[in-house]
Amino acid sequence: MSIHDKVNVSVSRRHFLIGASLTGAGLIIGLQPSLSSAATGDLEPNPFIRIPADGKIALIMPSVEMGQGIYTSVAMLLAEELEVTLEQVVLEHAPADPTRYANPLLGDQITGGSLAIRGVYEQMRKAGASARVMLVNAAARGWGVSPETCTAEAGQVIHAASGRRAAYGSLIQAAASQAVPQEVPLKAASSFKLIGKPIRRLDSPEKVNGTAKFGIDARPEGVSYAAIAICPHFGGKLRSVDDKPAMAVKGVKQVVRIEDAVAVVADNTGAARKGLAAIAIEWDAGPSGDLSLAELEKRAEDATTSGKALPHINEGDVTKAEAENGPVHEFVYRLPILAHSAMEPMNCTLHVRKDSCDVWVGTQVAGRARQAVADVTGLPVDKVVVHNHLLGGGFGRRLDVDGVILAAKIATQVDGPVKVTWSREEDIRHDCYRYLNYSKITATLGPDGLPMSWRHRVIGPAVMARWLPAFTRDGIDLDIMGGAESSYAIPNKYTEFVRHEAPDGMLTGNWRGVGATRNIPPIEGGIDELAHAAKIDPLEYRRRLLQHKPRLIGALDLAAEKAGWTNTLPRGKGRGIALSEDFGSFAAMISEVSVGDDGKLKIDRIVFAVDCGQVVNPDTVDAQILSGIVYGLSAALYGRLTVQNGAVVESNFDDSPVLRIHETPKIEVYIVPSSEAPGGIGEVGTPGVAPSLFNAIFAATGKRLRSLPIDQHEFRRV
Amino acid sequence: MSQNLLVNGTNYAVDVDDDIPLLWVLRDTIGLTGTKFGCGIAMCGACTVHVDGIPVRSCVMPVGDAVGKPVTTIEAIGDTAEGARVQRAWLEIDVVQCGYCQSGQIMSATALLAANPSPTDDDIDAVMAGNICRCGTYPRIRAAIKLAAKAG
Repeated sequence: MSIHDKVNVSVSRRHFLIGASLTGAGLIIGLQPSLSSAATGDLEPNPFIRIPADGKIALIMPSVEMGQGIYTSVAMLLAEELEVTLEQVVLEHAPADPTRYANPLLGDQITGGSLAIRGVYEQMRKAGASARVMLVNAAARGWGVSPETCTAEAGQVIHAASGRRAAYGSLIQAAASQAVPQEVPLKAASSFKLIGKPIRRLDSPEKVNGTAKFGIDARPEGVSYAAIAICPHFGGKLRSVDDKPAMAVKGVKQVVRIEDAVAVVADNTGAARKGLAAIAIEWDAGPSGDLSLAELEKRAEDATTSGKALPHINEGDVTKAEAENGPVHEFVYRLPILAHSAMEPMNCTLHVRKDSCDVWVGTQVAGRARQAVADVTGLPVDKVVVHNHLLGGGFGRRLDVDGVILAAKIATQVDGPVKVTWSREEDIRHDCYRYLNYSKITATLGPDGLPMSWRHRVIGPAVMARWLPAFTRDGIDLDIMGGAESSYAIPNKYTEFVRHEAPDGMLTGNWRGVGATRNIPPIEGGIDELAHAAKIDPLEYRRRLLQHKPRLIGALDLAAEKAGWTNTLPRGKGRGIALSEDFGSFAAMISEVSVGDDGKLKIDRIVFAVDCGQVVNPDTVDAQILSGIVYGLSAALYGRLTVQNGAVVESNFDDSPVLRIHETPKIEVYIVPSSEAPGGIGEVGTPGVAPSLFNAIFAATGKRLRSLPIDQHEFRRV
Repeated sequence: MSQNLLVNGTNYAVDVDDDIPLLWVLRDTIGLTGTKFGCGIAMCGACTVHVDGIPVRSCVMPVGDAVGKPVTTIEAIGDTAEGARVQRAWLEIDVVQCGYCQSGQIMSATALLAANPSPTDDDIDAVMAGNICRCGTYPRIRAAIKLAAKAG
C-alpha cells in the first residue's frame, strides 16, 4: 500500500478521489535524495533532514507553522524514526519548492485543509527511517559488523556486542556513499518513543521571549516601511491623490500609486501611516459602488429559490419519498460574510532588483507566492527567493497571495527593500472572505419518526474553481460540499450545489473549517429540528441514524457521558449536540447554555470528544480543539460583515469584535483512543460550535435559530 | 526632533516626530520586533509594553510621552521577577499557538501579577480582556496566570 493509499483511507470521500487523481506521481516526493553533502559537507539524505558533522540536526518543515503545532508534530515524526531526541534538532522553514515540499494529498506546497499530518504521517517517518538506515549501514560497514547487530538511539549508532558507538555526525561522509533505501520498515506503534506522547511545543520558548520572527518582523538591511490604502470599493480603482501632505511628513520618502492602491513609504511604519492619513485619495468606486448587504442578501435568497442547482449526491429517490411521506419539513439556514482577522495583519517585504528578488513573508503557499512575484516582476521563478516565516495566524487567509502581489507591485517602484504592512482596517476590508452561504434543507419522516428523505441545497461561491480546480467536478466545488453528504443513514438523500458568487472585486476564499463550517450548522440544526418533530431525544435520534458509524457514535457517547446528557437541567438551561465527520476525524460537541429571565445568553460549558485516529501529540489535539472552538464562538456570536456602497463597513476589533477571555466558557476536550490512521485536527473544533448553540438555545428557550451571528440578547422563552 | 528613549535599560536617540506611536519606534527604528502590531487603536493588546512599570498600548502612545520614562518590552520582561514567573508558566502550560499575541499577553499578565499577586478569575478577566488571541489560547492563559501566581 502506498503512502497515499494509506493516508487516503482515513480521509473523506472527496479527498480520497481527489488525492488519488492529483498525486499519482507524487509517491516519491520527499524520499528522493537532494544530494549527499556536495556543497556543505553535511549529509542531506532527503529534503527534510540535514546532518552536519557537528551540532544540531536540521529538520526542514514541509508545512508552515501558524499555531497549529505542526512544526512540533513533524519534528516528532522525523525524530521518531531517525532516532534522535528533540533536543538534538533545529527546525527550518522550507524554501519555496513544490517539487520537494508539496503536501502529497494536495500536490502543491500548501498548508491547509487540516491535511498536514494526514499528508506527511508516513512520508516523514520514512524520511527519518531511511536516513537512519543509511547511518546504521555506514557505521556497520566501518566496524565490519552486520547492520542487523547495530541499533540507533539519540543520534548515535550503537554496536552493543562490542560496546562501540558512533555519533551521526561522525558518519555523514560514509553514509553519503550509501544508497538511499527505498523501502524501510517503520516502527510499530508499541515502540513509539515520541508519537502519541504529550510533547511541549518546540516553538514556545521563542514565542514567549519575543524572539520569534513572523513575516512582519523581517528587517532586511536598508528596509523602508510602507503603509497602504486600497480602494475600499470592490473592483474600484485609484482616481487621484495629492501626495504633497504625505511628503511633508518627517520620514516619508515616497508615495507609490498602483491601479487600486496608494502606498506611502517612509523610514518607519508610524511615519508612513501618518503620511497616509494626511492625504486625500479619490477613488473610482467602479461597477459595484452601489452595492449594499441587503442587495447581496437578496441575490443569495434568489439563488436559494431559483438558482441553477447541480446534483452532487443522489441516493434512493427523494422525490418519490417526499410524495409518499408527509409532511415536508423545510428549513433555510443563512450564514453571513466573515473575515479571518488573524492577529498578524497582512504584510509582505520585498527587495526587487533588476535580476532577482527576495521576499520575506509568512505564507501557507510558499510556491504560489514565489510564482506570483515572478509574474508581477517578470523575473524567472528561480530568481525569486521566498523566505518564509512563522505565521501570526492563518485560518485560510494566508492561502491566498493577493497581499504578496500587492506588495510586489509597490516594491517594483521602490529602490531597496520595502515592507508593506496592512492596517487592521485594510486587513478586514480586503480579506478573501467566507462569503454568504445559505442552505435549504427539505426532509420527510417515516412512521418511526426517522428521516425518509433528505434534500440539501448548498448555495455559495465555488472558491475551488479559482483556487484549486482539481477540487471541482462537473461545476461543483467539492470543498464547499464538504460534509454535505452528512453522516446520517437516510434512505433517500439528495444534495445539490447552486454556485453563487460574490460581486466582482470581492475576493472569497477558504475559512477555517471550509465546507464543514458551512454545512454542519444546517445539518446538525436540521437533524435536531427533525428529532423535535419526531418527539425523540436528539441524542437517541442521532444514535439511531448512525449505527453504521461506530467512530462517530464513540465520540458522541463519550461527549454525552462527560456532559451528563441524561441529567436534567433546571429551567432556562439547555444542552445542544453537534456532530461532524470531516478531515478524517469524528467529533461530537455538546454545548450547555443558560438564558436568563432578561433574555441574556450565557454559554456555561462546552464538552468536546474527538476520534482523530492515531494521535501524534495529544497536547496539540487539545490545543487545536480549544482553538477551533474559540474561533467558532467568535463567528457564532459576532461574525457578520456588512456592506455599503460596495465596500465592507466594519474595519477593526471595535466594530468587528471577536471573543475575549472573559467570554470564553469552560471547554473540555476528550480524545477517543484510536489506532486508525491519523485524522486532521486544526479545523475539527469549529464547525459544530454554531449548531450546538442553536440546539442548546432551542432546548433552553424553545426558540429555533437558523442564522448567524446569534443575537445574544434576544431570547424570550416560548 | 530627536527623542531620547530608555528601553530595556539602554538609551536610544531616535529622530522621529514626537507624535509617532511608540510601537513603530520600538519595532522599526530600534529594531525590537517582539512587540506586535495588531489593531492600531488599542483594542487588541498585542502592542502592550510597560512604561514606568505601567502597561500601555504602544500603538496609540506617542513616543514623546515615553521620553524620560523607562520602557520595558517583551525582550526584557524576563529580567523582572513577575515576568520570569509568567514566562516559565507560559512554557509549563504550553500556552502559545501562533504566538503573535503572546508578547502582549505576557506583558499584561506580568503587570497584573505585579499589582495583584493572587488574582481571582474576575481579576484575570478584568485585565486580560484587553488582549485578543485569535488562536483561542484563553483557557491556557488563565491556567498559566494562576500557575505563575502560585509560584510567587
